[in-house]
Amino acid sequence: MAMNDNVTKILGRAWLFGPDISTDMLSPGQYVHHPPEERLKHVLESARPEFASQVRPGEIVVGGPNFGCGSSRESAPQHLKDLGVAAVVADSFARIFARNAIAIGLVAIACPTLSEVVEDGDIIEVDVIAGRVSILDRNITLDADSIPEPMMDVLRLGGIEPMLALIGAEQAQDK
Amino acid sequence: MSYTDIKDVSKSRVAESAQQTVAEEILARASGRNRVNPGEHVVAEVDAMMMHDIFAADVLSMLQRTGIRRLNNPSKATVVFDHMVPSPSVSSSSHQAKARELIRYYGIDAFFEIGTGICHQVMVEENRVSPGQLVVGTDSHTTTYGALGVASTGIGSTEMAYALATGKLWFRVPESIAIVLEGEFQFGVTAKDLILKLMKVIGSSEAQYCSVEFGGPSVGNLDLADRMTVANMGVEMGAKFTIFPQGPLTTLKRDARYIASHVVSLDKLVPQIAVPHHVENVVDVNEVVGVPLDQVFIGSCTNGRLGDLRLAADVLRGKHIAKGIRLIVTPASANVMAAAAREGIIEDLVKAGAYVGGPGCGPCFGGHMGLLAPGERCLGTHNRNFRGRMGSGDAEIYLGSPLTAAASALAGAIADPREILDGLGSVHTGTTMSSSGG
Ligand code: SF4
Repeated sequence: MAMNDNVTKILGRAWLFGPDISTDMLSPGQYVHHPPEERLKHVLESARPEFASQVRPGEIVVGGPNFGCGSSRESAPQHLKDLGVAAVVADSFARIFARNAIAIGLVAIACPTLSEVVEDGDIIEVDVIAGRVSILDRNITLDADSIPEPMMDVLRLGGIEPMLALIGAEQAQDK
Repeated sequence: MSYTDIKDVSKSRVAESAQQTVAEEILARASGRNRVNPGEHVVAEVDAMMMHDIFAADVLSMLQRTGIRRLNNPSKATVVFDHMVPSPSVSSSSHQAKARELIRYYGIDAFFEIGTGICHQVMVEENRVSPGQLVVGTDSHTTTYGALGVASTGIGSTEMAYALATGKLWFRVPESIAIVLEGEFQFGVTAKDLILKLMKVIGSSEAQYCSVEFGGPSVGNLDLADRMTVANMGVEMGAKFTIFPQGPLTTLKRDARYIASHVVSLDKLVPQIAVPHHVENVVDVNEVVGVPLDQVFIGSCTNGRLGDLRLAADVLRGKHIAKGIRLIVTPASANVMAAAAREGIIEDLVKAGAYVGGPGCGPCFGGHMGLLAPGERCLGTHNRNFRGRMGSGDAEIYLGSPLTAAASALAGAIADPREILDGLGSVHTGTTMSSSGG
């Protein structure tokens, strides 16, 4: 199984968002059954209309408190991953969003006051193992939560789906 | 109104007591431990799993894709088709067709087709959950079953696939917050006003990841339908579980280690409204009376039960909604709809000018039915008023009780139900009716 080391240290440009970014903003309900490319165009459009067309692979979404509040739709973190976002760092997360992000292999890490300090476009470095976020140009380093080891394993494997594939392979052998 | 009726009595008291909170008890049992502590991660056996039509195909397709041939225990799984019903588009129909095929393949017998009702209502009506269980669903409002003393919470489709395949899932043991209820609901005030008030006081951050547990001398004033309304919206506070302990537990375990407790005096509660664009933006109704509306929605897993429709019919019977306003009513289940028809409620609502749809989620989540145009304003009895939730991101959503919604439909603008009820005399107030048979 391929291990993914891009999940331990991430360097990228920050896209700054406010508090309470909801799953309805990340993945608006009325596009829920539209084709995938179409749905990606509407990601976060009500917060920052330029985001979906301008975000580049490897960039980092920074949110305020309660990021990902709202429904359990997994399309919310998945859309960010599909747009190439490398990590989401927020002052705090809604519970289901944080679980879902890890489950699909997207780094989501809480850093309590980051959104007050970071400026849009700052280059930041997220050290997932050490639990640290640095704003490089301004020499600022903040403590972040660490991710418990079982979840780090999920991230390294690229999410739960590859874990299921292992179980599936075992079931195939039983037959 | 000041907030003195809701006081924070024990913030910062984290007693090292022997007693566990309900959440701790349930997670300890499910993970084969004597006791667990907040902050720990445990791997627990899940007692029931619920999926609806938006995610069932995704979950089951992932199992198929990863070569999973059988579920750990198919009898623990329930699927309810309620969100996009009847299917409004070919893509959604195809999605549902795929789910039906895989539901058969994996041997899930508890499959409830379109028209049965909203998933959370169906889970309770069909006895798919029972007190003391640990339950997950692919829907954030899975907290609703806390009305029955269940520790239940929402998860995403990937985690659901894992839970179905293995029967287990990891959980962080939550800290717990106690809500102690005292006094009686006053005229025109309902369980919806209670949970909206709690949203205002607790907000959407204090209870993040927590188990919110209810007790106190007045907890018995809330019947099952009321408790479902309250537990349903617990997730809007960020709560992982919202639990009404079962049995004689009207006083919360006094020694259990709650990180905070709030005492709520129902006597002082007045009708509450959540104003755009967040559920914690709650005001007393008098602050927004007269705000003109384009649409009123009565329904959802929060407030689409028989008692809710009955209250609305009591307000609207023999009258007509205001010119220029649209009223959409969707019952929470087929049982609710049948009982409402039997009681003449459906006729009252239709004659008053309501569009009555079939059982299901309806306009609640903006998937289809009654989407709002830019600039339009809607008051609904559902649970979320986020921007874009019911259509255009430039529309405004207000949330209130079924009484407030019906009164507002009559007035064409946000109205204080107590003023309208004053003229009506014999209306049910306070707690709503039992959800039994509906
Ligand atoms: S009624 Fe609304 S909140 Fe309830 S399950 Fe349906 S969409 Fe979700």
